[in-house]
Amino acid sequence: MTAHLPVLQVIIPLLAAPLCALARRGRIAWGIALATSWTTFWIAIQLLARVRSEGPISYALGGWAAPVGIEYRIDLLSAFVLVIVTGIGAVVTPYALKSVEREIEAAKIPLFYAAFVLCLTGLLGITVTGDVFNVFVFLEISSLSAYALIGLGQDRRALTAAFQYLIMGSIGATFIVIGIGMMYVMTGSLNMADLSVLLAELGPNRTIVVAFGFLTVGISLKLALFPLHLWLPNAYTYAPSTVTAFIAATATKVAVYMLLRFFFTIFGVVFSFDVMQLDRVLLPLALIAIVTMSLVAIFQTNVKRMLAYSSVAQIGYMILGISLASVTGLTGGILHLFNHALIKGSLFMAMGCVMYRVGSVEIDAMRGLGKKMPWTMAAFVAGGLSLIGVPLTVGFISKWYLILGALERGWWPVAALILAASLMAVVYIWRVVEVAYFQEGPGEDSSIVEAPLALLIPTWVLVFANFYFGIDATFTTEVAGAAARSLMGLVP
Amino acid sequence: MNVMGLMNYWAFIFLMMVGFYILISQGNLVKKIVGLNVFQTSVFILYISMGKIRGGTAPILTEGDPIYSNPLPHVLILTAIVVGVATTALGLSLVVRIHEAYGTVEEDDIHDLDLAVAGGEDQSFPVSGMDARA
Repeated sequence: MTAHLPVLQVIIPLLAAPLCALARRGRIAWGIALATSWTTFWIAIQLLARVRSEGPISYALGGWAAPVGIEYRIDLLSAFVLVIVTGIGAVVTPYALKSVEREIEAAKIPLFYAAFVLCLTGLLGITVTGDVFNVFVFLEISSLSAYALIGLGQDRRALTAAFQYLIMGSIGATFIVIGIGMMYVMTGSLNMADLSVLLAELGPNRTIVVAFGFLTVGISLKLALFPLHLWLPNAYTYAPSTVTAFIAATATKVAVYMLLRFFFTIFGVVFSFDVMQLDRVLLPLALIAIVTMSLVAIFQTNVKRMLAYSSVAQIGYMILGISLASVTGLTGGILHLFNHALIKGSLFMAMGCVMYRVGSVEIDAMRGLGKKMPWTMAAFVAGGLSLIGVPLTVGFISKWYLILGALERGWWPVAALILAASLMAVVYIWRVVEVAYFQEGPGEDSSIVEAPLALLIPTWVLVFANFYFGIDATFTTEVAGAAARSLMGLVP
Repeated sequence: MNVMGLMNYWAFIFLMMVGFYILISQGNLVKKIVGLNVFQTSVFILYISMGKIRGGTAPILTEGDPIYSNPLPHVLILTAIVVGVATTALGLSLVVRIHEAYGTVEEDDIHDLDLAVAGGEDQSFPVSGMDARA
């Protein structure tokens, strides 16, 4: 049984999806989704424990050995990402029950959970697989279900947002297939470990360089790197609250994982950074994303849209860590992957609580909410502190490593920009705090009370995680550090 | 360079650019889906061409040792075709829903309708935000 854990990680949610769709009642579908997300979380923890004690796990799908068969390969980085994705899933699913009943019509709820579980399947599949074409298949499973989930939003603009995401996402995915095809032409292999050996033997070659370009653009589209982020703000703003919390915390993180996999494991550090000089492209884009998107976030009137722009900026931090191409920088980037999932998860879930009671997340609608919904707004403030990077929160840990990485390279202007963008985060979080705590609400509206516990408890679990991993960061830094060392090609 | 010998690859590049251009230039959502389809189909040609060996037969086990085409890219592209069909279906169903909600499938009209409803409350750019304050 335990030998099959890598494939069960994907099979269980995949089988749960049709069951959810067949369930007539929303609550039954929710029960299935809950059982699935908790089981996958348990499996992910088991896998991480095994990888930490025994080293990478290789699983031959159907008994066909690599490189002919499809290999599922789990190393420290993928196990860590698995824990992030399933952990967020395990927290968001209990939260979904009430939130989804309020925001989505009853007949569509079983289908909602089917799409939700499928999205989880795709994200987990990308993370476990060691086969590049398999990556594309799982990428499309997760993306297609994500488009459907976003299109379920109440506002009709959710439909256009989903359509825009579909167009841009499909272009990204197609670019990735073209890149994979060109690698296959040159090497005749689709297995990641095999490819890395064959590509290293081959050396820089025009087809490989073009494949590298296609993959860079395709993956950047998926992870919403600065000029390719246009799909993201609308998608996050108009999607149902549960979907925003889940996708914001997982989808872009898995895309960043893909970037690490392709550029560090397959192409190798030497080819990506010395020959192709990827850092010269990524670093400026990451810095522009951090500064301009933080600035844009300040001027938003819809809080979900504000957080969406902030997400693009935070993705900039992860890419910045990667483009430093040093162990410290990469540790910072991987840490931020984990930490940002916690931060944005808790912030978007707090906004879901507001949506549940108030029916709007416009900043004007939050007047006086500090008194009416004290726990919700306290969760928002705590998440906001973590986003800013106040000590004792997770946001501080990852920014600390990123700044160390920048200073190690002697790039103090980069470190200064990281600090400046943190100050911008203070500004946009403060705008919400000011309205919620220091402005009177519009008269006595007794219908607005504290959100139900079913929403508050999951939100606070994530907020608590923000502080727990901010105070005792030994586990996360250890895993991220070891993953970074193995990506850089140093013996872990 | 043997231009004619690489005919399939030229077709791939041509179709890819045509599809991509339609995606960027057309404001009609249905036409955008058409563009996306052309774009994705071009990749099928890339994959199918790379598996072909001149003079090779179909990859069927027979007597002797014939030269046969590589079946793997063809199988891969079967998967990609399924993905393409799913994308098209989802895209078109979204277009139907958009038509129900807005009464139009032209991107410009939808944008105008959104602006009219939002009444400028929903600014996407900092510039307009500053104008509203001034």
